[in-house]
Amino acid sequence: MRYLSWAYLAVMFGFILLPVAVLVVFSFQDGRLPVPPFNGPTTEWYAKVLGDRDLMAALGNSMLVALLSSAVALALGFLAAAGFAQTRLPGGALMRGLIIAPMTVSYLIIGLGLLQMFNWAGVRPSLMATGIGHVVINLPLCFAILSAAIGAPQKSALKAARDLGAGEAQVLLLILAPMIAPSLAAAFFLSFTFSWDEFIIAFLLTRFDVTLPVEIWSMLRSGLSPETNAVGSLVFLVSVLLVVTLELALFRKASK
Amino acid sequence: MSIERTEKRLGAGLAAPALLWTGAFFVLPFAAMVWMSLGHLEGRTVVPGPDLGTYARIFTDPSLYKGIRVSLEITATVTVLSVLLAWPLAWIIATRVPARWRRLALLLAVLPFWTSYVVRSYSWALVLGEKGVIMNALTGLGILAEPVQILATRAATVIGFTHFFVMLLTLTIYSNLVQLSPNYARAAEDLGASRWQVIRLVILPLTLPGVMTGAFLTFVLCIGDYITPQILGGNNELSLPQLIMLQLGRRGDYPLASGLSVVLMVMVTLAYAACARWLKMERV
Repeated sequence: MRYLSWAYLAVMFGFILLPVAVLVVFSFQDGRLPVPPFNGPTTEWYAKVLGDRDLMAALGNSMLVALLSSAVALALGFLAAAGFAQTRLPGGALMRGLIIAPMTVSYLIIGLGLLQMFNWAGVRPSLMATGIGHVVINLPLCFAILSAAIGAPQKSALKAARDLGAGEAQVLLLILAPMIAPSLAAAFFLSFTFSWDEFIIAFLLTRFDVTLPVEIWSMLRSGLSPETNAVGSLVFLVSVLLVVTLELALFRKASK
Repeated sequence: MSIERTEKRLGAGLAAPALLWTGAFFVLPFAAMVWMSLGHLEGRTVVPGPDLGTYARIFTDPSLYKGIRVSLEITATVTVLSVLLAWPLAWIIATRVPARWRRLALLLAVLPFWTSYVVRSYSWALVLGEKGVIMNALTGLGILAEPVQILATRAATVIGFTHFFVMLLTLTIYSNLVQLSPNYARAAEDLGASRWQVIRLVILPLTLPGVMTGAFLTFVLCIGDYITPQILGGNNELSLPQLIMLQLGRRGDYPLASGLSVVLMVMVTLAYAACARWLKMERV
């Protein structure tokens, strides 16, 4: 049983880590094809990626869309979570359900619906349109995380502050926000990650200025290349660094 | 005005922006899509309905309803395979791996989660290709005389999907397992259950919420995904999302794309209804 366990663990780790290992190793391929045999390491492809204007522009676009859409989703989710925490609203369950609903719908459907509505309204595909779509998918996430964070202690603190004469903005920004700061950060980072990696909505709703996943997608059409490996490895590295930082900064502190 | 009414007004006011956003950019586009699916295409212009012609086409045209079958088959295979592979993995990490290595083991088990989704499918294309690592090793070792085609078949799609969803399910099942008190297993052992009986009759049923939540997520994400079948499965048999995207590109057939999307949406809703009683997200 014991050896069987370790063998299974080894096989599964092999399966899970294989594609990432191949991706990273062949990003150093000295040659035109990222397949065996491996010819000596070179950083040529990384230099090419960092000098690629389209890629760097796409990277900037992705960063912009992810930052802004996560900020909007966080703000809307925060206000809504605070609103539902104040008091029982008539039809509250229905309204909560409505805000959560986009979570259970495929991104493809959300993107297609927005595309058609924007077509009708005469709105052209753009980063702005993509950002709007990303708020739609991340708002339910932020709302759910922040609602879960507002418990009985937060509610009574809100009531106390209001009884002592604090204005609504003061209550939200000076009392509630600091009390649930770790959840606010978690919701923001998760939203950022989802927006950063989102493909189909961005594919449908952008045309000339595209985001990074869409740019990588168009690189795939020209076939296999170590350059794609290099981009992929860089994106992977950045995400891992982000996750490790988040883990060390946030969750370590929270568990203490 | 009473305090309670002021509070209600305030609460509603705070929730309003989120509700408006969801209404304008989720409900309205969805309604537009349903309305579009009730029209049809004449030449290149959309003739508004309402008529059910699009749906009649979907369920009579083999190239269309086959897409629904392909998607359901792939999704069912992936969901079952992922649960079968992920459960032992989560169990081994939660109970066999020494406590101080547990976090590291879990981190490694979900590490590729952090690569971009498009890049992950591309990596599998590299691995599974005719000249890829696997075929290279198998022919090099003399196990296979010639490379077998995996890329651009359903097998490649299933492998790519299973890779992703094993990670997801390992997370949901693991978090379920570590919440179980070890006393359940101890009590069962004291009462004479063998180790295998403990797992099968005690631990397994107790992890059902984690399994079902993960399986539902797998179903929803898998059946609606365009990237993996497009990169790995190729164009020999098209899944539902591939069919939807094809309508947009080739003829701009928005009514058909919308109709297929509504069918997709209905399937997800049915899956939700089927699992709803196990889906208590807060337990996972």
